[in-house]
Amino acid sequence: MSLLKYESQVREPLVDGNKTYHQVTEDICGPVEAAPSRLWWIGFIISVALLLFGVVSIYKEVVYGTGMWNLNKTIGWGWDITNFVWWVGIGHAGTLISAILLLFRQGWRTGVNRAAEAMTIFAVMCAGQFPVWHMGRVWMAFFVFPYPNTRGPLWVNFNSPLLWDVFAISTYFTVSLLFWYSGLIPDLATLRDRAKKKWAKAFYGVTSFGWTGSTKHWQRHESLSLVLAGLSTPLVLSVHTIVSFDFATSVIPGWHTTIFPPYFVAGAIFSGFAMVQTLMLVTRKVMNLEDYITISHIENMNKVIVLTGSIVGCAYLTELFMAWYGASKYEYDIFFKYRIAGPYGWSYWLMMTCNVITPQLFWVKKLRRNIAFTFLMSVVVNIGMWFERFVIIVSSLYRDYLPSSWSVYYRPSIWEVGFYLGSFGLFFTCYFLFSKYFPVIAIAEIKHILKKSGESFKEAMDPLEEQSVDEFVHQAHAHH
Amino acid sequence: MPVKKFVVGCFDDEKTLFPAVKNTRKAGYKIHDLYTPFPIHGLDKAMGLRDTSLHTAGFIYAITGTTTALTFMSWVFTKDWPLNIGGKPHLPLPAFIPIVFELTVLCAAVGMVLTFCYLCQLAPFVKKDHFHLRATDDLMVMPIEITDKTNADEVKAFLQNAGAVEVFEKEAETGWWIGRYDRDRKVFEKEEKTVIA
Repeated sequence: MSLLKYESQVREPLVDGNKTYHQVTEDICGPVEAAPSRLWWIGFIISVALLLFGVVSIYKEVVYGTGMWNLNKTIGWGWDITNFVWWVGIGHAGTLISAILLLFRQGWRTGVNRAAEAMTIFAVMCAGQFPVWHMGRVWMAFFVFPYPNTRGPLWVNFNSPLLWDVFAISTYFTVSLLFWYSGLIPDLATLRDRAKKKWAKAFYGVTSFGWTGSTKHWQRHESLSLVLAGLSTPLVLSVHTIVSFDFATSVIPGWHTTIFPPYFVAGAIFSGFAMVQTLMLVTRKVMNLEDYITISHIENMNKVIVLTGSIVGCAYLTELFMAWYGASKYEYDIFFKYRIAGPYGWSYWLMMTCNVITPQLFWVKKLRRNIAFTFLMSVVVNIGMWFERFVIIVSSLYRDYLPSSWSVYYRPSIWEVGFYLGSFGLFFTCYFLFSKYFPVIAIAEIKHILKKSGESFKEAMDPLEEQSVDEFVHQAHAHH
Repeated sequence: MPVKKFVVGCFDDEKTLFPAVKNTRKAGYKIHDLYTPFPIHGLDKAMGLRDTSLHTAGFIYAITGTTTALTFMSWVFTKDWPLNIGGKPHLPLPAFIPIVFELTVLCAAVGMVLTFCYLCQLAPFVKKDHFHLRATDDLMVMPIEITDKTNADEVKAFLQNAGAVEVFEKEAETGWWIGRYDRDRKVFEKEEKTVIA
């Protein structure tokens, strides 16, 4: 009997209530098998409506060009690229939870990983839309791939960070999808074997790939998850690093800084966790999953938020310091005249307030464990992180090297806003479908930790806690 | 495809399962497989399964990705169409790092998942015989193969002794076939087989 089998009472249980394996199945599969509620339909219809508005907005852009978004030769990247970076960043939390926390053996990831990974996939789908439609002549989008062509063949520029981005985002999407789906297969098999309705038997039968739960298959499954986690960990860091290279390798003041990769990665995790909070707080309430996504899960995520928020704050201050210390005239002007002051100064201070100042309240334990406050903060953080990207992109561009091209006050058109709303439509349409027809919590993984970290099983450890170390070790050896 | 006869023992606790597996193997019965609703660590060792080599395959896919990316980009920039990009060197190795890394990860992940699906015979529309529907819920299901030399009743009694909560006989197909879970009939069957439950 291994000593590691016992987990201290100091750690809060990861699963509340007196659960058996069957109860776990019931709790998680129940909402999937029930008919969709009225609330679900309302949310779903609103999402689809937003999605359709997005489709109309994209139609306008494809027909009339990117001028429909009020982009001009000075501000060539506006809301679209802001939204791209924002959505990619949100995606990062899912991989952090599913991969990095798996490698760090953080048991609490189990309650939230499935939904967070789904969020990653949907967020990356949304993100991908922006650079693609921004191309203008979208029917030539395939030019970004290095395929043999009749123009020489003229290959793509492998030195370009924009091309690295193509590889990074497509790899990230593919690997996240594989990781998510391979974890989903056993749980879909659970739904298949419980299914009563004909369509459910057919649907979960096809999607569960004929999974049986054989020990050999589980052994391979564990090996696969571990290696995919090991691959996803550097991958997730590389993706936002490469996104930051889109800016950092240019010679635009305010972009041309070496701090960008870690600063972007921290910001991505920051906004991603905020989005996970927004979704999880609603999901746990609506689907009665409070026993699986406990207050302690929420508190843990708030700790990550306050940590990454502080890293981001540190990066903001470093940037300001370097702009002064670096003694580059352009760099100094961008930061001190056009970014923290000037016509876009309000967006900088909004960003500072939302990302750096208010998250510091999470140092207070009471607030970390307060659901209403957490929900409010999660929305505030994502507003702040959207403005961070907006500040970086627009405030570096609107007064460039050529004063005759200065463009004060870029305002997005309704079609650019519509495109952004459309991406919300896509995201929430996918999330609503996922939360209704797929298990939002990894059933098999919860069962795996149940006897170690479930509330009733931890209580059984009480007598052990009373013992002295000598007694405990002696007893453990006797069992051997 | 072979249809074999099994005595199936179902367990509801890992604590009884591990000694049962050990004793079954000691008694010389052939454990066909053990179906569990979640991964149980150490069970593969208890059953005497060897470690999986999936991660080795993953490594091979990874270096395939690395070499593909590296050789392809080097060939393009030095042999096929050497472009002068802002006077930079024709073989800018540091600039190749991101794509080489991404392709390494992509090949490893895709290759491993496909290998995993191939080894475990997982694909859409693949159908298999399942011994117990609760094997994906809360039961650990251990079918023992009945040959000419084994006595089914003896195995049943043995499993009950070992702490199985449910014991029954079942004839089952051991391979897979193309089928749907909302239809009972197997494609290669002429008529329904009666299953002894």
